[in-house]
Amino acid sequence: MTDFAPDSILVVLDVTPSGVLSSSSAGLLGAAAEVGTPVALVVAESARQEALAADAAALGAAHVLLATADASQLTVPTVDAVATAAALVEPDAVLFPNSIEGRDAAGRFAARSRRAIAVDAIGIARDERGILAHHSVYGGAYTSTSAPTFGAAVITVRQGAVDARATAQPLATTVLEVAPSGTRAATIDSFQEAEATSSRPELRGAAKVVAGGRGLGSQEQFALVEQLADALGAAVGASRAAVDAGYVPYSHQVGQTGVSVSPQLYVALGISGAIQHRAGMQTAKTIVAINKDADAPIFEIADFGVVGDVFTIVPQVIETLAAEEK
Amino acid sequence: MKIVVLVKEVPDTYGDRVLDLETGLADRAASDRVLDEINERAIEVALSYADVHEGTEVVVLSMAPEESVATIRKALAIGAGSAVQVTDSALIGADLTVTAEVLAAALERIGFDLVIGGNLSTDGSGGVLPAMIAERLGVPQLTSLAHVEIGDGVVAGTRASDGGTADVRADLPAVISVTEALPDARFANLKGIMAAKKKPFETLSLTDLGVTIDVAASPQIILTEVGKKPPRGAGVKIVDEGDGGARLAAFLLENKLA
Ligand SMILES: Cc1cc2nc3c(=O)[nH]c(=O)nc-3n(C[C@H](O)[C@H](O)[C@H](O)COP(=O)(O)OP(=O)(O)OC[C@H]3O[C@@H](n4cnc5c(N)ncnc54)[C@H](O)[C@@H]3O)c2cc1C
Ligand SMILES: Nc1ncnc2c1ncn2[C@@H]1O[C@H](COP(=O)(O)O)[C@@H](O)[C@H]1O
Repeated sequence: MTDFAPDSILVVLDVTPSGVLSSSSAGLLGAAAEVGTPVALVVAESARQEALAADAAALGAAHVLLATADASQLTVPTVDAVATAAALVEPDAVLFPNSIEGRDAAGRFAARSRRAIAVDAIGIARDERGILAHHSVYGGAYTSTSAPTFGAAVITVRQGAVDARATAQPLATTVLEVAPSGTRAATIDSFQEAEATSSRPELRGAAKVVAGGRGLGSQEQFALVEQLADALGAAVGASRAAVDAGYVPYSHQVGQTGVSVSPQLYVALGISGAIQHRAGMQTAKTIVAINKDADAPIFEIADFGVVGDVFTIVPQVIETLAAEEK
Repeated sequence: MKIVVLVKEVPDTYGDRVLDLETGLADRAASDRVLDEINERAIEVALSYADVHEGTEVVVLSMAPEESVATIRKALAIGAGSAVQVTDSALIGADLTVTAEVLAAALERIGFDLVIGGNLSTDGSGGVLPAMIAERLGVPQLTSLAHVEIGDGVVAGTRASDGGTADVRADLPAVISVTEALPDARFANLKGIMAAKKKPFETLSLTDLGVTIDVAASPQIILTEVGKKPPRGAGVKIVDEGDGGARLAAFLLENKLA
């Protein structure tokens, strides 16, 4: 039997429906490598396991545990595999991505194994007593650090929040025999994969974000946001009002109840800057805003604000940048 | 059909929210307290089913400090049939593990076919409680539903996750959580507010639930540090006089952001 390092961190990776490691994996393994020896758990169909294990090792997993699961059952098969892996590895902490899948599995696993659970960490640390989680709360207005009273905690890590990357490791794998718990699970009847996104960077973890609000006026006119995003090599974000109006899918929503981002540059176009929107972006390094209302609250936090019409200003920005490139 | 909706009082996100830097607890006096918007949507899911299915019982359940009575009553004013509040001084600062244990115990006592929660609370942003409660109760969970269909002994819906959208289903009893894609709740009108005063409102302590919180037996999460970030100030604001775009582009270039 394999011996696992005493400072092992069990990292449960999300596998996308098309069978590749989720983009959250690099940050999770990077976070784990800073505080211990990352041991990855990958739950996937057998045919994909070899490739996924190689990818996880390349991202820094010192050991990759593999398990198969009934893909038509929601969450429970993954939790059964995590329970088996945790019993084998006896890790100092169990990390999950703070994705919908990751949160469900983390919650169930914590409840089942009677471990403490900390959620939405933006970083992991270790002190003499064990593993700590750093959080950004109330929309980035506060920071906090949490720790379990004892034992190895379950921690979900905000996607895109960790910049650290681990060095590639030689491939070492173990295939787990997982005994199903028999816990009742929901059934997945069908799955429609999100439209293959363009060449644009993903919103979570993007270095630059261009976001549009109700001020864009229509789905067609929201294209202006995409044009500026492409000119800057940025991801596309939106306010809840823009999502509600159907300009863009919910996955682009930035804010309290959407994605939290901390990019180098955040450009807010036709967004008033409601407190719930600011909660998801006010930790950006530089904030730029264009709004025709000089009193819009977004200007209170903008490093560079332009009072004016997005439909005349944005095309001029794009033109000027294009001219500069020549 | 008995539907229990999990509701939570949160500091109003429209105002400033304050954390006590000593205890890490929310400073209750510093903000207005409201029913979390996502929970209003969860109530609406239950009520719109009850509208067309006679004999549906809608109960709201909250683990909350004593002072939250008025907020929980709002759920009754919107249309829920009865309320259960679990309140106990031992629950101040409860972490997710304790909250899940207490809510699961209360649900077992109340009895349920379907439990509906919000996908994420606006203060905790944990988004894990529905799954934790489902595990404790040994029932399936369907989280982050953007569309819900309650049928005969079954609940189904569409679940939007990062990779795409899934059609999911579970036999009852089950726990679900809903997203803000679902409609907001109906208004609590004057008639509803008056009626709410007469609706059953049960208050339970940990003793009533037979739950003891043993800090030595079950690990909890504690805050070891809390800090406040300095508020962000405003920078330059210009009014567009025909060259606003060019000046913005210059700012981006100067700061190596383009
Ligand atoms: C519990 C809760 C959670 C929430 N979560 C979120 C969240 O996650 N994310 C979020 O964004 N919101 C959230 N909200 C909603 C939030 O309160 C605001 O309603 C929303 O952010 C407003 O979006 P907006 O700025 O696009 O629209 P508006 O507030 O309508 O602002 C539009 C702006 O566009 C400007 N404008 C119009 N035309 C032009 C033009 N041609 N050129 C330039 N400017 C123009 C206007 O001056 C205005 O300032 C939440 C609310 C609640 C209660
Ligand atoms: N103290 C509580 N009492 C009742 N329900 C709660 C409580 N805390 C959380 N919930 C429910 O769980 C959902 C998700 O909360 P959270 O895990 O904190 O994001 C909320 O929207 C509520 O439906």
